Amino acid sequence: MSDPMRIRAAVKGEKVEVKILMSHVMETGQRKDAEGAVVPAHYITKVTASCNGRDVLSADWGPSVSKNPYLSFRFKGGAKGDKLKVTWTDTAGDSRSDEVSIG
Amino acid sequence: MNTPRATRRALLVGSLLLLAGAAQAETSTQDAIAEYREMFGDDNPAELWQSRGEALWHTARGPKQANLTACDLGLGPGVIEGAYAQLPRWFDDTQQVQDLETRLVSCVTTLQGIPREEFLKVKFGDGEKKSELEALTAYVVAASRGKPIALPMQHPAEQAAYALGKAAFSYRAGPHDFACATCHGDAGKRIRLQELPQLTTAAGAREAYTYWPAYRISQGELRTMEWRLQDCFRQQRLPQLKFGSEVAIGLTMFLAKNAEGGTLAAPGIKR
Repeated sequence: MSDPMRIRAAVKGEKVEVKILMSHVMETGQRKDAEGAVVPAHYITKVTASCNGRDVLSADWGPSVSKNPYLSFRFKGGAKGDKLKVTWTDTAGDSRSDEVSIG
Repeated sequence: MNTPRATRRALLVGSLLLLAGAAQAETSTQDAIAEYREMFGDDNPAELWQSRGEALWHTARGPKQANLTACDLGLGPGVIEGAYAQLPRWFDDTQQVQDLETRLVSCVTTLQGIPREEFLKVKFGDGEKKSELEALTAYVVAASRGKPIALPMQHPAEQAAYALGKAAFSYRAGPHDFACATCHGDAGKRIRLQELPQLTTAAGAREAYTYWPAYRISQGELRTMEWRLQDCFRQQRLPQLKFGSEVAIGLTMFLAKNAEGGTLAAPGIKR
């Protein structure tokens, strides 16, 4: 089971500012462990965000993104109280969604 | 022909650039970390550990199916706000001076009935192997953010722990004949580009102690004070520092006492 994301979303002027912390190992598949065996790749490949069902962000990620990634972005057309849903999917087929109300 | 002169000039310019580069590298490493911290603002990946710790604190677990809300960290059962600012301290029930990590172990074993070995199987997390101790530590530490460090220091055992820590800090040992004081006993020292705080002064101790435990960027992990000390011992090529040992508690006590009056900002973000 993956840990929940920490999502903050707040109206800043005409835009909504979103800050997301994700808990993920983001293994590149290029590291070796103490025994010399390759640590299998395990990283997020897709991140999407939607505001009240409308897509506001879609990102393709690769192995170069850091462990426990932090993502910040702004979008137009959101209002206080709207539901912001963020979803990631990784190479193991795992996925996690978390939702917050825009503050 | 002015080629040789051009070459000489190019070499001269090149070496000047190299010099400038070295000076710049030092500041830019510090700058990059400052910039990274700024990007996060009030956010810190340590929050991922905090929220995991909060859930663990409130979940009934172990043979006794109890949560940790009765855990006494020195300020009474269940009080976590400001508790870390007064640790390490003497505890009557265990008849020991304990730091936060060892106190958490006591709570988990007595309240929840989880065996010590099982709870400490993953003392220090590594990727998918997550440490419950680190998560609980982060949760408790965050509840002391903004509090000044103020140790009770009344019990003779607390004073003895401080004295032991002080002695251990300057005790030279190992194949490199190193002590903590070798690196942290003078002002303005550094390892490669990493500046080293002078831990014997209030300013230096505060700078270091108030930011630990911390999220370590280079490892992508939250690290506790016990981990920090253990890694210092490894770097000194000393035998492995035993978790919760008198020396570990003593050194923590020594650092905490030196940092007294400093405002806690932990969990911090470190290189």
